[in-house]
Amino acid sequence: MEETVPSQSNATSLSMIVTKGTLDWAYPPFILATTAAAMGLEVSMFFTFYGLTLLKKDLNLKISTLGNPAMQMPMMGMHMALPNLVSALPGVDGLATGMMKNLIKKKGVASIEELRAMAIEADVKMIACQMTMDLFEYKLEDMIEGPALGGAASYIEIASKSDINLYI
Amino acid sequence: MMADQLLDAKGLNCPLPILRAKKALNALPPDGTLEVQATDPGAVKDFEAFCRATGNQLMESRVDGKVYVFVIKHTA
Repeated sequence: MEETVPSQSNATSLSMIVTKGTLDWAYPPFILATTAAAMGLEVSMFFTFYGLTLLKKDLNLKISTLGNPAMQMPMMGMHMALPNLVSALPGVDGLATGMMKNLIKKKGVASIEELRAMAIEADVKMIACQMTMDLFEYKLEDMIEGPALGGAASYIEIASKSDINLYI
Repeated sequence: MMADQLLDAKGLNCPLPILRAKKALNALPPDGTLEVQATDPGAVKDFEAFCRATGNQLMESRVDGKVYVFVIKHTA
Protein backbone atom coordinates (compact mmCIF):
# COMPACT_ATOMS: atom_id res chain seq x y z
CA MET A 1 0.00 0.00 0.00
CA GLU A 2 1.33 3.42 -0.92
CA GLU A 3 1.75 6.06 1.72
CA THR A 4 0.13 9.31 0.77
CA VAL A 5 1.35 11.47 3.62
CA PRO A 6 4.75 13.15 3.31
CA SER A 7 7.41 11.22 5.20
CA GLN A 8 9.66 14.10 6.09
CA SER A 9 10.86 12.56 9.32
CA ASN A 10 13.11 10.40 7.13
CA ALA A 11 16.88 10.32 7.31
CA THR A 12 18.56 13.62 6.66
CA SER A 13 22.17 12.58 6.10
CA LEU A 14 24.03 9.88 4.21
CA SER A 15 27.68 8.92 4.23
CA MET A 16 29.47 6.48 1.96
CA ILE A 17 32.86 4.81 1.86
CA VAL A 18 33.75 4.38 -1.82
CA THR A 19 36.33 1.63 -2.32
CA LYS A 20 35.95 0.50 -5.93
CA GLY A 21 37.12 2.20 -9.10
CA THR A 22 35.84 0.17 -12.03
CA LEU A 23 33.26 1.64 -14.43
CA ASP A 24 30.44 -0.60 -13.16
CA TRP A 25 31.18 -0.05 -9.47
CA ALA A 26 31.48 3.71 -9.92
CA TYR A 27 27.72 3.93 -10.53
CA PRO A 28 26.15 2.97 -7.16
CA PRO A 29 27.92 5.64 -5.07
CA PHE A 30 27.36 8.49 -7.54
CA ILE A 31 23.73 7.54 -8.28
CA LEU A 32 22.92 7.35 -4.58
CA ALA A 33 24.84 10.53 -3.73
CA THR A 34 23.14 12.67 -6.40
CA THR A 35 19.68 11.25 -5.66
CA ALA A 36 20.02 11.66 -1.90
CA ALA A 37 21.19 15.24 -2.38
CA ALA A 38 18.17 15.88 -4.66
CA MET A 39 15.93 14.49 -1.91
CA GLY A 40 17.35 16.96 0.57
CA LEU A 41 19.88 14.80 2.41
CA GLU A 42 23.31 16.03 3.39
CA VAL A 43 25.74 13.68 1.62
CA SER A 44 29.38 12.83 2.33
CA MET A 45 31.62 10.52 0.30
CA PHE A 46 34.94 9.14 1.51
CA PHE A 47 37.09 7.86 -1.38
CA THR A 48 39.67 5.26 -0.43
CA PHE A 49 41.83 2.61 -2.09
CA TYR A 50 40.61 1.90 -5.65
CA GLY A 51 37.67 4.26 -5.14
CA LEU A 52 40.11 7.17 -5.03
CA THR A 53 40.62 6.85 -8.79
CA LEU A 54 37.08 8.25 -9.21
CA LEU A 55 38.39 11.66 -8.15
CA LYS A 56 40.97 11.87 -10.94
CA LYS A 57 40.51 14.65 -13.50
CA ASP A 58 40.77 12.15 -16.33
CA LEU A 59 38.44 9.26 -15.74
CA ASN A 60 39.43 6.33 -17.87
CA LEU A 61 37.30 3.72 -16.15
CA LYS A 62 37.15 0.11 -17.25
CA ILE A 63 35.29 -2.99 -16.27
CA SER A 64 36.74 -6.41 -15.72
CA THR A 65 34.89 -9.60 -16.53
CA LEU A 66 37.42 -11.55 -14.48
CA GLY A 67 35.95 -12.81 -11.24
CA ASN A 68 32.58 -11.44 -12.26
CA PRO A 69 30.64 -14.58 -13.18
CA ALA A 70 27.21 -12.93 -12.82
CA MET A 71 27.95 -10.35 -15.52
CA GLN A 72 25.87 -10.90 -18.63
CA MET A 73 25.98 -8.55 -21.58
CA PRO A 74 23.00 -8.41 -23.90
CA MET A 75 24.16 -9.42 -27.36
CA MET A 76 22.14 -10.18 -30.48
CA GLY A 77 19.01 -10.85 -28.45
CA MET A 78 20.83 -13.15 -26.06
CA HIS A 79 23.00 -12.74 -22.98
CA MET A 80 26.69 -13.46 -22.99
CA ALA A 81 28.68 -14.48 -19.93
CA LEU A 82 32.43 -15.09 -20.03
CA PRO A 83 34.25 -17.95 -18.32
CA ASN A 84 37.22 -16.72 -16.28
CA LEU A 85 39.63 -18.47 -18.62
CA VAL A 86 38.44 -16.26 -21.52
CA SER A 87 38.36 -13.14 -19.31
CA ALA A 88 42.06 -13.50 -18.62
CA LEU A 89 42.92 -13.11 -22.32
CA PRO A 90 44.44 -9.79 -23.36
CA GLY A 91 41.92 -7.42 -24.90
CA VAL A 92 38.83 -8.97 -23.35
CA ASP A 93 38.44 -6.28 -20.68
CA GLY A 94 38.80 -3.59 -23.32
CA LEU A 95 36.13 -5.27 -25.42
CA ALA A 96 33.76 -5.60 -22.47
CA THR A 97 34.38 -1.95 -21.47
CA GLY A 98 33.54 -0.82 -24.99
CA MET A 99 30.33 -2.85 -24.96
CA MET A 100 29.36 -1.41 -21.59
CA LYS A 101 30.00 2.18 -22.72
CA ASN A 102 27.84 1.62 -25.81
CA LEU A 103 25.01 0.25 -23.66
CA ILE A 104 25.28 3.20 -21.27
CA LYS A 105 24.84 5.63 -24.16
CA LYS A 106 22.08 3.63 -25.83
CA LYS A 107 20.00 3.27 -22.67
CA GLY A 108 20.14 6.91 -21.59
CA VAL A 109 22.26 6.16 -18.53
CA ALA A 110 24.32 9.10 -17.27
CA SER A 111 28.10 8.99 -17.60
CA ILE A 112 30.18 8.91 -14.42
CA GLU A 113 31.64 12.31 -15.39
CA GLU A 114 28.10 13.70 -15.58
CA LEU A 115 27.02 12.22 -12.23
CA ARG A 116 30.20 13.38 -10.52
CA ALA A 117 29.68 16.93 -11.79
CA MET A 118 26.09 16.86 -10.53
CA ALA A 119 27.24 15.61 -7.13
CA ILE A 120 29.70 18.50 -6.86
CA GLU A 121 27.01 20.95 -7.99
CA ALA A 122 24.67 19.57 -5.29
CA ASP A 123 27.29 20.28 -2.60
CA VAL A 124 28.06 16.64 -1.89
CA LYS A 125 30.99 16.67 0.51
CA MET A 126 33.94 14.64 -0.79
CA ILE A 127 36.98 13.47 1.12
CA ALA A 128 40.02 11.90 -0.52
CA CYS A 129 41.90 9.38 1.63
CA GLN A 130 45.34 10.85 2.31
CA MET A 131 46.84 7.44 3.08
CA THR A 132 45.75 6.07 -0.31
CA MET A 133 47.17 9.17 -2.03
CA ASP A 134 50.56 8.30 -0.45
CA LEU A 135 50.22 4.55 -0.96
CA PHE A 136 49.52 4.72 -4.69
CA GLU A 137 51.60 7.86 -5.25
CA TYR A 138 48.71 9.87 -6.64
CA LYS A 139 49.52 13.49 -7.42
CA LEU A 140 47.28 16.26 -6.13
CA GLU A 141 47.38 17.98 -9.53
CA ASP A 142 45.86 14.88 -11.18
CA MET A 143 42.78 15.06 -8.95
CA ILE A 144 39.71 17.27 -9.38
CA GLU A 145 39.52 20.37 -7.22
CA GLY A 146 37.10 20.39 -4.32
CA PRO A 147 37.57 17.21 -2.28
CA ALA A 148 39.26 17.67 1.09
CA LEU A 149 42.10 15.40 2.19
CA GLY A 150 41.47 13.35 5.29
CA GLY A 151 41.69 10.02 7.00
CA ALA A 152 39.75 7.48 9.02
CA ALA A 153 39.03 9.89 11.89
CA SER A 154 37.47 12.39 9.50
CA TYR A 155 35.17 9.71 8.14
CA ILE A 156 34.22 8.30 11.56
CA GLU A 157 33.26 11.76 12.77
CA ILE A 158 30.95 12.19 9.77
CA ALA A 159 29.57 8.64 10.06
CA SER A 160 28.78 9.04 13.75
CA LYS A 161 26.53 11.98 12.84
CA SER A 162 24.93 10.44 9.71
CA ASP A 163 21.60 8.60 9.59
CA ILE A 164 22.72 6.23 6.81
CA ASN A 165 26.26 4.90 6.35
CA LEU A 166 27.13 2.76 3.36
CA TYR A 167 30.26 0.85 2.39
CA ILE A 168 30.52 0.36 -1.36
CA MET B 1 -4.26 20.76 -16.83
CA MET B 2 -1.36 22.88 -18.05
CA ALA B 3 1.74 22.92 -15.91
CA ASP B 4 3.89 26.06 -15.62
CA GLN B 5 6.95 24.21 -16.86
CA LEU B 6 7.53 21.12 -19.00
CA LEU B 7 10.50 18.79 -18.53
CA ASP B 8 11.22 16.26 -21.25
CA ALA B 9 13.02 13.36 -19.56
CA LYS B 10 12.12 10.82 -22.23
CA GLY B 11 14.90 8.34 -22.97
CA LEU B 12 16.72 9.14 -19.74
CA ASN B 13 17.41 6.43 -17.19
CA CYS B 14 17.62 6.42 -13.39
CA PRO B 15 18.45 8.72 -11.65
CA LEU B 16 18.43 11.42 -14.36
CA PRO B 17 14.65 12.10 -14.48
CA ILE B 18 14.65 12.76 -10.71
CA LEU B 19 17.81 14.90 -10.84
CA ARG B 20 16.52 16.98 -13.76
CA ALA B 21 13.13 17.37 -12.05
CA LYS B 22 14.76 18.57 -8.84
CA LYS B 23 16.69 21.18 -10.79
CA ALA B 24 13.57 22.33 -12.64
CA LEU B 25 11.57 22.54 -9.38
CA ASN B 26 14.26 24.71 -7.80
CA ALA B 27 13.80 27.22 -10.61
CA LEU B 28 10.03 27.38 -10.07
CA PRO B 29 8.33 29.81 -7.65
CA PRO B 30 6.43 28.31 -4.67
CA ASP B 31 3.25 26.50 -5.81
CA GLY B 32 4.51 26.47 -9.41
CA THR B 33 3.81 23.24 -11.29
CA LEU B 34 6.17 21.03 -13.27
CA GLU B 35 5.15 18.39 -15.78
CA VAL B 36 7.73 15.65 -16.26
CA GLN B 37 7.53 13.29 -19.21
CA ALA B 38 9.59 10.11 -18.86
CA THR B 39 9.93 6.69 -20.44
CA ASP B 40 11.63 5.00 -17.48
CA PRO B 41 9.03 2.70 -15.84
CA GLY B 42 10.98 2.93 -12.56
CA ALA B 43 10.15 6.64 -12.46
CA VAL B 44 6.59 5.88 -11.29
CA LYS B 45 7.68 4.61 -7.91
CA ASP B 46 10.65 6.97 -7.75
CA PHE B 47 8.61 10.17 -8.22
CA GLU B 48 6.21 9.01 -5.48
CA ALA B 49 9.17 8.47 -3.14
CA PHE B 50 10.85 11.73 -4.19
CA CYS B 51 7.71 13.75 -3.51
CA ARG B 52 7.05 12.04 -0.16
CA ALA B 53 10.60 12.62 1.02
CA THR B 54 10.90 16.23 -0.14
CA GLY B 55 7.36 17.40 0.63
CA ASN B 56 6.61 18.40 -2.95
CA GLN B 57 3.10 17.49 -4.05
CA LEU B 58 2.61 14.81 -6.71
CA MET B 59 -0.62 16.05 -8.25
CA GLU B 60 -0.80 13.63 -11.13
CA SER B 61 0.84 10.37 -12.25
CA ARG B 62 -0.42 8.75 -15.42
CA VAL B 63 0.66 6.73 -18.43
CA ASP B 64 0.17 8.16 -21.90
CA GLY B 65 1.00 5.32 -24.30
CA LYS B 66 4.68 4.70 -23.60
CA VAL B 67 5.20 7.96 -21.76
CA TYR B 68 4.86 8.41 -18.02
CA VAL B 69 3.54 11.83 -17.08
CA PHE B 70 3.99 13.39 -13.65
CA VAL B 71 2.73 16.75 -12.45
CA ILE B 72 4.51 18.05 -9.39
CA LYS B 73 3.64 21.16 -7.39
CA HIS B 74 6.62 22.98 -5.90
CA THR B 75 5.60 23.00 -2.26
CA ALA B 76 8.92 22.32 -0.54
